[in-house]
Amino acid sequence: MPVQYEGIAMEHRQVRDRVGIFDISHMGEFEVEGAEAVRWLDARLSNRAASLSIGQGQYTLLLNDAGGVIDDLLLYRLGENHYFMVVNAARVERDRECLIEAKPEAQGVVFRDRSSEYGAVAVQGPESLALWEKIGEEVLLPQRNCLLQQGNALICRTGYTGEDGYEIFAPNEEIGSWWDRLTAAGAAPCGLGARDTLRLEKCYPLNGNDLDEVHTALEAGLAPFVKLDKGDGFVGSSALLAQRDAGIPTRLTALRVIDKAPPLRHGYPILSTSGGPTLSELTSGTLSPSLNVGIGLAYLPLAYSKPGRELLISIRGREFRAEVVKKPFL
Amino acid sequence: MNVPDHLLFASSHEWIDPTDPANAPVGISDRAQEELTDIVYLELPEVGRVLEKGEAFAVVESVKAANDIYAPVSGEVVEVNEALAESPESVNQDPYGMGWMVKIRVSNPDELSDLLNADAYREQIS
Repeated sequence: MPVQYEGIAMEHRQVRDRVGIFDISHMGEFEVEGAEAVRWLDARLSNRAASLSIGQGQYTLLLNDAGGVIDDLLLYRLGENHYFMVVNAARVERDRECLIEAKPEAQGVVFRDRSSEYGAVAVQGPESLALWEKIGEEVLLPQRNCLLQQGNALICRTGYTGEDGYEIFAPNEEIGSWWDRLTAAGAAPCGLGARDTLRLEKCYPLNGNDLDEVHTALEAGLAPFVKLDKGDGFVGSSALLAQRDAGIPTRLTALRVIDKAPPLRHGYPILSTSGGPTLSELTSGTLSPSLNVGIGLAYLPLAYSKPGRELLISIRGREFRAEVVKKPFL
Repeated sequence: MNVPDHLLFASSHEWIDPTDPANAPVGISDRAQEELTDIVYLELPEVGRVLEKGEAFAVVESVKAANDIYAPVSGEVVEVNEALAESPESVNQDPYGMGWMVKIRVSNPDELSDLLNADAYREQIS
């Protein structure tokens, strides 16, 4: 996926106002099958796989022993004992290692990395449903977070922009024709740049920036996707229980600049007092095309993470005022 | 691609209007603004700052990235386009007009001959 086709701001507006399409073929896809699949998944992933009915999906996390985030992913239940996982491109190998370490075969579970066989596109925006009818698909789209199988393709009502839409996973040789049909019907091609501004306005964390193996899922604000009361626990659950009881040290926090300032960017230092020591650094930042204001995320000590708290962001040696705000920005 | 004949260009895509070397407008080319897209913020120098040829004197930010802008020749900044603070998109819309960034008093006019004329710049970007 290129950074942009026609320009980030224009592509961003297309998705917020109409409909855009992203080539997300870089995403990884795993398949998990077997009578014990759900038990195996529930011991390895943070959300409750057992609560999925067939055709349903959920956002879930692969954690390390310390509760740090190895990957955030979508898990779908395709059949009685058959699951499909969509993982981040940069984490495919790490994920695969961790999952194979959890010994699927020993528990009668077949794990397959299908990443090289699947391509994918994401169709996002308020007009994405009308577009589905326009290309002549007669089958109804699945409900939010659900999926349907259409020939060799999986149509998932999910996305990473905060707009309604769907993601289509299909064999490599078929994905091009989906792209062609959807763009011909009016979906604007959008790149990585717009994907980042769209997700950041909604405070969806980006793996590798906002999520890492050091900060825990609780610090990242992902508690709704962490089921600490799951019967036998899961990798990372004891560390998270201990952290929950002791209190989390930092929280992934939303910051919005107050005065006119350059776009925020990953790595900019955050100070609590002018000329003071660096409190933290932005894990993500941009100029929100919808709000026309600098926005960013950072792990901040709890004492600094309350909405209304004023902080300073250092940009090329100059300090700009920013305010902690409630998530999401939009 | 718009490349006005009366301007001189640096290979790093800045232009300078050499008509009055004591008060020479400087900006970035149509090609440069097109590649940057959607300019949302500019950081310009103060009047009086003395620039060395090739020195980064401004930062132009698009949503995508921050980019340094380099002095095409040496000289002192005599005027800054303050209007760009409120309307940075002028650099996209009118890179050779409303989108000028600074005016400089050229200190060494010989350096102008190191720059590309319009034809040579057209060739570089073709």
